[in-house]
Amino acid sequence: MNHWAFVTAAYAVAAIATVCLLAWAYTTMRRAEAAADELKHRQ
Amino acid sequence: MHRFANPARFLKIARPATMWLFVVGLLLTGVGLIGGLTLTPPDYLQGETVRIMYVHVPSAWLGMAGWAGIAAASIAQLVWRHPLAAVAGRALAPAGATFAAVCLLTGSIWGRPTWGTWWEWDGRLTSMLILFFLYLGYIALAGAEKERGGEGRIAALFGLVGAINLPVIHYSVLWWRTLHQGQSIGTSGSSIDSSILWPLPLAALGLSCLFGAAVIMRMRAELAETKVEARMRRAAAE
Repeated sequence: MNHWAFVTAAYAVAAIATVCLLAWAYTTMRRAEAAADELKHRQ
Repeated sequence: MHRFANPARFLKIARPATMWLFVVGLLLTGVGLIGGLTLTPPDYLQGETVRIMYVHVPSAWLGMAGWAGIAAASIAQLVWRHPLAAVAGRALAPAGATFAAVCLLTGSIWGRPTWGTWWEWDGRLTSMLILFFLYLGYIALAGAEKERGGEGRIAALFGLVGAINLPVIHYSVLWWRTLHQGQSIGTSGSSIDSSILWPLPLAALGLSCLFGAAVIMRMRAELAETKVEARMRRAAAE
């Protein structure tokens, strides 16, 4: 049994999940703050 | 804690903290994981698969820490009606759920070559799976309550009750000795050799910083959304 295949799969799962979480948190934050700023400038 | 009850004061600290946590987290995680992959020796029993520990163990800790944070936010919400408590709870849940899922998946991947099975209804595995489902329940409940304009008290109660699962996860390896190994790292020390152990705190600290960055970004998003909603309501009323 090739152990490295399991190690690679585990690291890939962790990396993909962490990157997706951070990317989602960043884009929702940017979008919400941009909307708040736009509304502030419009009023 | 009440000093940060003002969202403006919180944002003043949160804005620079987001970038710092992200950069420090990326550096520490990189050093920890690359070190764990290349600089540590294979285990005499598990061989190379021991390297899965550097992503599995921090994920388990963060999965549990996320719910401990939700429980603390729930107390702040129910006892002091802290204005940021419900926001913090809702921000913690997706991050905690992500790491609980990573813990379950990497544990399953580690289990196949080590135990010869992807899954077993062992005490530790089952209680961790329950934690993941509790997160899904909390996300749905808190989201529905926010949509209805509620204060988040029902979600806070759910967050407190769900915390019962944390000691169950922690002591599961002592109460039901089936498949998952016992505790290797405790307050009195570690049974893992230092040549294998050293990247673990780096990876754990790094991933904790990234977890913190994700939580703060979600809190900032929630506060900005609330601001937009308030302004729109005010504009509609005028």
